[in-house]
Order: sequence, then structure tokens, then C-alpha cells
Amino acid sequence: MIPRSFEYHAPQSVSEAIELLQKYGDTARLLAGGHSLIPMMKIRFAEPEHLVDLGKVAELRGIREQGKELRIGAMTTENDLIWSTLVQQKCPLLVEAARLIGDPQVRYKGTLGGDISHGDPGNDHPAIMLALGASFVLVGSNGERVVAADDFFVDTYVTALEPDEVLTEIRVPVLAKNTGWCYAKLKRKIGDFATAAAAVVLTMKGDTVKEVAIALTNAGATAFRAREAEDSLRGKKFDDAAIAEAARLVMSICDPAEDLRGDVEYKTAMTGEMTRRALRTARDRAI
Amino acid sequence: MANKHTVSFKLNGNDVDVVVEARELLIHTLRERLATTGPHIGCETTHCGACTVDLDGASVKSCTVLTVQCQDAEVLTIEGLEQNGELHALQEGFTQEHGLQCGYCTPGMITRAYRLLQENPNPSEEDIRYWMAGNLCRCTGYQNIVKAVQFAAEKLSSAQA
Repeated sequence: MIPRSFEYHAPQSVSEAIELLQKYGDTARLLAGGHSLIPMMKIRFAEPEHLVDLGKVAELRGIREQGKELRIGAMTTENDLIWSTLVQQKCPLLVEAARLIGDPQVRYKGTLGGDISHGDPGNDHPAIMLALGASFVLVGSNGERVVAADDFFVDTYVTALEPDEVLTEIRVPVLAKNTGWCYAKLKRKIGDFATAAAAVVLTMKGDTVKEVAIALTNAGATAFRAREAEDSLRGKKFDDAAIAEAARLVMSICDPAEDLRGDVEYKTAMTGEMTRRALRTARDRAI
Repeated sequence: MANKHTVSFKLNGNDVDVVVEARELLIHTLRERLATTGPHIGCETTHCGACTVDLDGASVKSCTVLTVQCQDAEVLTIEGLEQNGELHALQEGFTQEHGLQCGYCTPGMITRAYRLLQENPNPSEEDIRYWMAGNLCRCTGYQNIVKAVQFAAEKLSSAQA
């Protein structure tokens, strides 16, 4: 299992990477951690003629706090996130999700930016980004733009990224007080993608839901928000009936692809169950 | 020849240069060009961990790394753990605690455990199981592998005390 031949490029800066993307157009692919793309190239599911490796671009790695946001370089790895005391303190949901991704070796290589920009509905960070209300800095030949996570995921393997753009930074709001969070993921084994998973960010006011975001992994062509379920909870008392209704609304919009992890009915039911669990855990952490 | 790259890196402390196609995977360079056959090919799909090597202070599956990505890198394989004829504490631990049967996964297991103990010299059993989860063993049931890592952690920390 060896990839088809390609030309390898190792730019030292973002601007150099963009120049290469402009030069080679859609025959080029960016390489981040390589733990989705290289396996896809090995089975010839991806056959780029030019591989632009971002591994030597130092400016793309690192985590800092600015105002009420964490600003995370796109090439920051999953293990970097897990071990960052800043992320542990300011956005523990990101740590919880990263710990459920791949396996230890994969997490040394796999990156936040790669996971987001790959556009795979089975990747975990897209739902986390949607639930957190994150935004992404995209840099291309026309300069820089900031795109909300809500506007980024278009279809399976399709995102808002233009062919000559690089995702450089992920901006994640620091979690507010009285805010609970949870990523509940069902998987068959270590290293597997989610059979079903739900990300919840929940702010309480007494026993009433003040604000809630619910986002789902592997339940459709992209990760997506369950807005009707969110609306059903907002301003309501948080009780078993409210949880059940939110899960029902979640399941009503699930459209998972049938595969070895289960058929549509099973995956839909499990997405409902992950939603219930994530809501309950988020609520316990909100108080 | 077109599309070939000269890649220079350190392998177990020695400078090496190889001339490879961009598509060549690190595991093949190690095994077929550098006679470093400790890292094994198990699944070839990033699952089993038999090909684990240490790359710039990170445990990686060398079936999922391109050799061209390793320019200027420091690579450590199971061959580099023995020092001056003395086995590493992990190698001793796997022997003492019977941490293997067929041995196919063992180089990857030990190389991974090496990095784990660098990062966390006193791991709990839960830490070991969580942070070794990228290596599959189909013989032992893992119990003795956990004991082997604990043996090495104790030996290394008492040697430092």
C-alpha cells in the first residue's frame, strides 16, 4: 500500500504554501498531520499530483489566549491540545474531544486544523467547533478572512476553503461561567470514528436553560447543529421531559450513512442517546 | 532521477542519508534501505502500532509517515534502546514480566512505552492502558505488558533516586 507518485513540497511559511497552491491549483493538496490524507493516498482514494506539507511552517503551531478567545494554530496537534494547561482551564471541551480521537500515536501527528479542514463528517472537531461557536482564519492570495464554523462545513469533504486558501488559526471562545460542556462519543474501539457523537455547550440560569448549543458528528453529510432541539430547550426548565424532547428532535434530523458501524436506524438511535448523555453531563458541569 | 529526494536524518544516533521517491513510507526506508527491521509491518493501516518509532520526541506509526517528512529528524527504533550491551529497563521488563508471546508487536510496544515513560515517569495503570492504546497485541491480553511497563518505570525511577 504505497501512494501514487507525487511531487513533494515543504514550504517554510504560509505565504510560500499559498504560492504553491496558486501554482498547482486543484492538483495540489495540503498535508497537515497526514493521518487522514496519507491513508487515503495509500488506498489511492486520494491521488494529488502535488503534496504541500505544512509540517515545517512553525508559525502554524501554538496556543495563546487573546481577549475572550483561545487562538490556536492550525498545525497544533491533538496531544498539544490535551497537554495544554491553557486549554484545560479555558476550554476543557476541546481536551475531552481530543482525548477521544484516534490513538496516542495518531494524536502526536493529527492536527486541529487538519481535522477541521478535511471535511469528513466523522471527524470530531467540526461538531466541537460548531457547539463552541468557533471561527476560522483562512488566508489566501486575496488576503485573510474569518469564517464562522456555522458557515464553514458545506458537504462531505467540501468546506468554505478556496483552492488557494490555508486554514491558519482556530479561534475558540473561552467558556463562560455557569457553562457546562460535554462530548459524548460512541465508538467500537480505540482509533475508530464515531458511530454517533454529540457535543453540547450549555449555560444555566438556576434550573432553566439560558443558552445551549448541540452539534452532531457522523449523523449527516457534515457535522451540524441541531437547532430545533436547541430552541426546544432554551428558556425551559431542564428536566427529563425536556431532554427527551430535545433527543427526539435531534433524531428527527439525523441522516447518517449506513456502514459497518450500523444501519441508519441504529445510528440515529445512538445519536439520540449521545445527545441525552451529553446534555446531562453538561448540566452537571454547569452548576 | 526525477521526483527523488535526498533525505538526511539521525537514526539511533547515527547520521543517515537516503535517496527516496516522495511516496516512500518511513517503515519501508527503515526496513528495506537501512536494515532496521525492528519496526514491523502489521496492518499497514495506522491501527496496530507494530511499526511504531520515535520521531523527534513523538511516537509515530511509520507506515503513515513519508520519509521525505523526516529531513533533519531524529529517529529512534527498538535497535537504539540497548546501550553498551545493556538492555533498556523496558526490554528487561518485557522479559521479566513475560510481556510477549509471539513478539511481533513487541518492538512497537517498547518504543511507544519508551516515549510514554519520558513524558510520564510514574504512570498509573490507567495512564499506561490509555497511552498505550495505539498498540495491539493479539497474544498477551495486555496484563503482562502493563506489568512490564510498570517494572521499567520503577527501575528507572529507583535508578534516578
